[in-house]
Amino acid sequence: MLSRESSATLLSAVTAFVYKEARLQDEHQYQAWEALWTDDGVYWVPANGDDIDPEKEMSIIYDNRSRISLRVKQLLTGKRHTQTPQSRLRRLVSNIELLDQQASGDIWVASNSMVFESSLRDDTIWAARNEYRLRHVDGELRMAYKKVILVNNEKALFTLSFLI
Amino acid sequence: MNVVPRASQWGELIRPDRVHGSLYSDPAIFEAELQNIWYRTWVYVGHESEVPNANDYVVKSIGPQSVIMTRDEQGKVNLLLNRCSHRGNQVCSYDKGNARSFTCPFHSWTFANDGRLVGYAFPDGYEGQDKSKLALGRVTRVQSYRGFVFGSFAAEGPTLEEHLGGAAETIDRLVRFSPEGEVEVTAGFLKHRVKANWKFILENECDGYHPAFVHSSIFGVADSAIGKLYGGASTAVTRDYGNGHTEIDLRPEFRKRDAPMSWFGTTEERLPDYTAQMKAAYGDQQAREIMIDGTPHAMIFPNLFIAEIQMFVIQPLAVDDSVQHVTALQFKGAPDMNRRLRQQTMGSVGPAGFLLADDSEMYERCHRGVLARSPEWIFLGRGEKRERKDELGFKVGHVTDEIPSRGIWRHYRSLMEAV
Repeated sequence: MLSRESSATLLSAVTAFVYKEARLQDEHQYQAWEALWTDDGVYWVPANGDDIDPEKEMSIIYDNRSRISLRVKQLLTGKRHTQTPQSRLRRLVSNIELLDQQASGDIWVASNSMVFESSLRDDTIWAARNEYRLRHVDGELRMAYKKVILVNNEKALFTLSFLI
Repeated sequence: MNVVPRASQWGELIRPDRVHGSLYSDPAIFEAELQNIWYRTWVYVGHESEVPNANDYVVKSIGPQSVIMTRDEQGKVNLLLNRCSHRGNQVCSYDKGNARSFTCPFHSWTFANDGRLVGYAFPDGYEGQDKSKLALGRVTRVQSYRGFVFGSFAAEGPTLEEHLGGAAETIDRLVRFSPEGEVEVTAGFLKHRVKANWKFILENECDGYHPAFVHSSIFGVADSAIGKLYGGASTAVTRDYGNGHTEIDLRPEFRKRDAPMSWFGTTEERLPDYTAQMKAAYGDQQAREIMIDGTPHAMIFPNLFIAEIQMFVIQPLAVDDSVQHVTALQFKGAPDMNRRLRQQTMGSVGPAGFLLADDSEMYERCHRGVLARSPEWIFLGRGEKRERKDELGFKVGHVTDEIPSRGIWRHYRSLMEAV
């Protein structure tokens, strides 16, 4: 259990981290975004509900650390056609809450986000609940887990090829 | 155009080596396709394994039509239309479940899961009414092939077996990858929407000309051997089975490799349980042949794409709006294989997939491009002068040749000309 003061300090650090991640995603800074991950990172965007079992059912994204790296490498080729030209993006992140801090030091954080995407197809709005597990590594916050629960993940979705 | 061609005029839009761009963009032609293709011919709807138990149901579609696939108490599979026979309200609002009956929330009319009207509120107002004349609408004919359930709104016409013709063998070839001989559809569907005509998707599924270019970004970074299958020196072939069914047959390349499971980028040693089960089921020699050949890459007209490790179901919603429903194929009795099939499918397909996001980008750009006024035609002549027949008499050509598109359009024309 954190004191009120240390909790406020932690929330401030976590908020800064979440905002930074959002900016790196919006600006397609793929390598800087990848550097936010721990070595055991898991990036999960479920389909068809909030709490499906990703080991048994299909998810939109269910990347382990090596697949996160592959995703970034593909974007960096410049031949990822759906991101050539890149989507223009701006996202708003709010409702940032510290949910739990475990004895291991892992910090559970949640936020809401809304993303405005402008692509060749059209303008698209995406809305999501985001859950993070953050960890201090060498004094810096890193992501060990990010789950993005799209509000409309039960419906047919347009291509989602930017970093959500 | 906005005027549907008369039967005698389809040949002006569909030539042996080219088709008119309006076929992809004209809303009137789309409406004609619904009537002559989607609401007439055999269309894939769902798989029996999606309704394994009595009273299970799952909501599927035939084009824009919502179809409830149920397994009734007798074990029979029904394809019902989601429309109350009273005032048209939708009777089912969930994607799947288990229900003996569907009660319309509007006036409490209740239908058994085989479609029969079994009751309505305050029945004294319907004195003398024959309930049997007020059943749910249904897909007129329902037939399964090895668990794959197809429906046809036409009371008469070819049987499912006649429709599948030579392409039925691709499904036979697929189910052998289960040591129990059965495919299961149990991993849930990703639904990927594109602002493009459905035929761009249909034609791309067996287009072997595009992978080297559309997918070079992932082949390069993933150290994938897939690119070579679609190169100029490849011995793989494209095939036209007739009735609009097409295939990219990669077996010639995999047989050259002569290594079981190489088609899946792995080895027998890394799938010891699966390998043992396959050998027990089929014997060492046949199991080895199956596991060298690999699963089929076949497009069953108009909407079922068996894509080696996953299956797609194409759903047209409007002339420029389509959904690709995709799930990992699962082979009954092969849990270690199935886990890898799910993992690879999730990486490859769906809205964020390494492969399909780029294919879908091409569909949308093609749709916008074809709205340009000239040159009017889509040119499909690649490999026309080097077509040949295989030992069964089906047309085959180089893996990059446009035999599949030409076969699709020949069948399309015959359906649109039939009145």
